[in-house]
Amino acid sequence: MASSEVDADLEARLQELRQRPDDTVRISEVSEVVESLMSTLKGDLSATDLELYGELEALASYIESAKSEIAALRPDEVRDEYIPTAADELDAIVEATAEATNAIMDATELVEGVMEHLDPEDSEVLMDATTRIYEACGFQDITGQRITKVVSALKHIEEKIDALVEAFGQEIERTKPQEPDDKQEAKPVADEDLLNGPQLKDEAKSQEEIDALLASFD
Amino acid sequence: MAVDLNMKVLIVDDYKTMLRIIRNLLRQLNFTNIDEATDGSMALQKLRQDDFGLVISDWNMEPMTGIQLLREVRADDKLKHIPFIMVTAESKSENVIAAKEAGVSNYIVKPFNAETLKSKLVSVLGDF
Repeated sequence: MASSEVDADLEARLQELRQRPDDTVRISEVSEVVESLMSTLKGDLSATDLELYGELEALASYIESAKSEIAALRPDEVRDEYIPTAADELDAIVEATAEATNAIMDATELVEGVMEHLDPEDSEVLMDATTRIYEACGFQDITGQRITKVVSALKHIEEKIDALVEAFGQEIERTKPQEPDDKQEAKPVADEDLLNGPQLKDEAKSQEEIDALLASFD
Repeated sequence: MAVDLNMKVLIVDDYKTMLRIIRNLLRQLNFTNIDEATDGSMALQKLRQDDFGLVISDWNMEPMTGIQLLREVRADDKLKHIPFIMVTAESKSENVIAAKEAGVSNYIVKPFNAETLKSKLVSVLGDF
């Protein structure tokens, strides 16, 4: 292939990339352009050409290596598993603290209800105590607002990771472990696998289900 | 002039728990006529329908925030005289300045205690 033809192809490719409306270029496309550029450097090469060729080769190799390393970090896993789990756990915290706070206030209001039947001195002591309980219950509002901020930050991270997964789609596919063979023997459960912490409501077993499971061993 | 503890007080917050806390604290301070709204637009609707003597509002709510509610109240000839206390976790100076410029009567930072609430009520309404 003549050098001028390659240049024309390369120029056309560059022109196409420049005209992209969304202003994004995939790493693999950058790599293609670099490779095309290197392929034009044939024939009589000067020392400068050779130096440039070497630099470009190193750049292509660096890009390839960076692609593999980023893909090996499995950003798709972070996006699909860890971030949604973290957001669900945070929502569960807000729900649980709201339930607990309302239960505390239900009980406090009951205490207030009997205060009027007590002598003024005892009534005042209880009034002070119930006031302090109401004040302390304000923590739920503050923790709720802080957690909402964390959830917003997670959403922002998710968007960035989405872009990363989009850019490295093919490389990520290559680094994904093979699906386990059904016929393959299941690995024994390690102690670490059992440290899951509290379960979300729709995933948690009820006490009745646990009792039934235990009873099934009898 | 003595504070009318039977005046209508509107508390505005999108956290139901916080509405309940403020309601209970006000009740312990002997305020008897308390109404609630969960955002600025609901509050504005209630303010235009009834005579309120005090608004205690959160800042961070949707769709209408506390500061937007405050500006609406101060821009309304019939409502602009109503004392307006902001109760919020927004504690940056720029927030306080914006609220003051919008005409807030007083500003309470969450978390707060009953003593702070009472002192701000006294500063806005007078002794009770």
